[in-house]
Amino acid sequence: MLSYFLGNSELSRGGTRMEKSQIEFRNVSFRYHDDAPWVLKNVSFTIDADEWVAIIGHNGSGKSTIAKLMNGLLFPQEGEIYVSGQKVNPDTIWEIREQVGMVFQNPDNQFVGTTVRDDVAFGMENHGMSRELMVERISESLEAVGMEAYERQEPHRLSGGQKQRVAIASVLAVSPKYIILDEATAMLDPKGRKEIMQTIRDVQSKRNLALITITHDLQEVTQADRVIVMNQGKVWMQGSPREIFSRKEQLIEIGLDTPFVSKLADELLNAGLSLSREPLNHQELLEELWTLHSTK
Amino acid sequence: MDITFDQVSYVYQPGSPFEHRALQDISFSIQSGSFVAIIGHTGSGKSTLLQHLNGLVQPTEGRVNIGPYALVSGEKNKHLRELREKVGVVFQYPEHQLFEETVAKDIAFGPENFGVEQKEIEDRIQQAAKATKLSEDLLERSPFDLSGGQMRRVAISGVLAMNPEVLVLDEPTAGLDPSGQREIMDMFHELHKSKELTTILVTHSMEDALKYADHIVILNHGEVYREGTPLEIFKQREALENVQLDVPEVIDFLAKVEEKMNIRLPYEGQSIAELAKELARMVRGGRDHE
Repeated sequence: MLSYFLGNSELSRGGTRMEKSQIEFRNVSFRYHDDAPWVLKNVSFTIDADEWVAIIGHNGSGKSTIAKLMNGLLFPQEGEIYVSGQKVNPDTIWEIREQVGMVFQNPDNQFVGTTVRDDVAFGMENHGMSRELMVERISESLEAVGMEAYERQEPHRLSGGQKQRVAIASVLAVSPKYIILDEATAMLDPKGRKEIMQTIRDVQSKRNLALITITHDLQEVTQADRVIVMNQGKVWMQGSPREIFSRKEQLIEIGLDTPFVSKLADELLNAGLSLSREPLNHQELLEELWTLHSTK
Repeated sequence: MDITFDQVSYVYQPGSPFEHRALQDISFSIQSGSFVAIIGHTGSGKSTLLQHLNGLVQPTEGRVNIGPYALVSGEKNKHLRELREKVGVVFQYPEHQLFEETVAKDIAFGPENFGVEQKEIEDRIQQAAKATKLSEDLLERSPFDLSGGQMRRVAISGVLAMNPEVLVLDEPTAGLDPSGQREIMDMFHELHKSKELTTILVTHSMEDALKYADHIVILNHGEVYREGTPLEIFKQREALENVQLDVPEVIDFLAKVEEKMNIRLPYEGQSIAELAKELARMVRGGRDHE
């Protein structure tokens, strides 16, 4: 964790920030008005261009505020935010938003077009893309989310999950460097959620994207490269999912939880089995059990 | 209250180019006092079904009985008001419907509309706030100054203040953090038992369906696809996968244990600690066990 901060301050001193594709929060504090409590207090972290970072925390811990600060929907009272070396401020937000795509929790608030196709086109029109490119990107991105059959449909006639897939397609179409999913899968059914996560992962690996997921879904968190845990407006911990989920009791204290596999592993330890490491998914725990079973 | 769906179909915008059959010949029963989970993928008809329960929509064909009330295709319903007093619905993201100046006024809105006496309303506000663990000092605050989790509790309190006999919950934990989800579901489960409610939970969480429901109804393309107890339902992995549903994680994991290690440990509602003990014993048994 410490090395992250050190690494960055060295970078900024070296003046190489401009080339560095990353999002950096530097001592950021934010509140909604002068007499309101701080929503974020002295928050610092860095997200690299090819990383998948999950941000978790209890309701009201400041997660969604972080998302809104990343693409200039809000500005901090203290500290600075850099996106690919560019400071986020009212003059840069249009350039920033070309790079930072955002999908919100409620897709109903994100629709403007009268057809799915128009809706996906809307973001691209704003970025002044050519018609040929737009047509290509519309089919590409709708296909990526499995909604190509709905191109001519009216968005309001779609189910919640379908709407959210279109919202994701609209973001993909602009081809951003960073995609923020703010509880974007919360309203989907389990299979829909998995499909979207798979889609996003594919796109991320193909296009070298940074993925920032703000989520309560612990399964989603186990798949991320890194986790930032927020608690009461502060960064409580950063680390790999394995490191984070080994802190079970503390996570529960701050309103979070651990995945089923972590809980079962914990109880297996209590029951006298020794596991070589904190398992993150079924496969890892099964392998541990298999080793114990077959060496007896 | 016993609830029966008898050959119910529902068609949106019939006779127009947008005609859409959301429910197709649905028949099932919910016993008074039971906790029923309704599951199905997005667009399977869950929300439409739910809207029948307090007469927001009327069946296009067939009949719904809710205790003494009936919703019959083509007949005007005279008792909608009474029905709505008895059936409390917690919609998705109910905090979006808050509008009053204070929390107390928002909770009081429902009972006031139904002509409950002021003194009684005061009592109900207290009870509802207590049930949802809203601290008393919040009652005079604006609901809009509260956190999302607190706002949801206010909205739920407003439904509880109606003293419903049937509680309909449409994904009541969506968007809450893990401990908020657990608290809210445990709260509904307690209320269900202490007030002897009939509870209908629409959920995407197979874990919640397994943990809280006595009975599960699966919808698919507007039809009843399966129904039964959670243990019966979740044994049918393939049938669930065919309609894009998962089995709960614990059952999924135990199936993999059996497949990989030939250790058979059927799920019968054990806690994680109990499962771990059994599993540890079997794993330690090593080869002898096979």
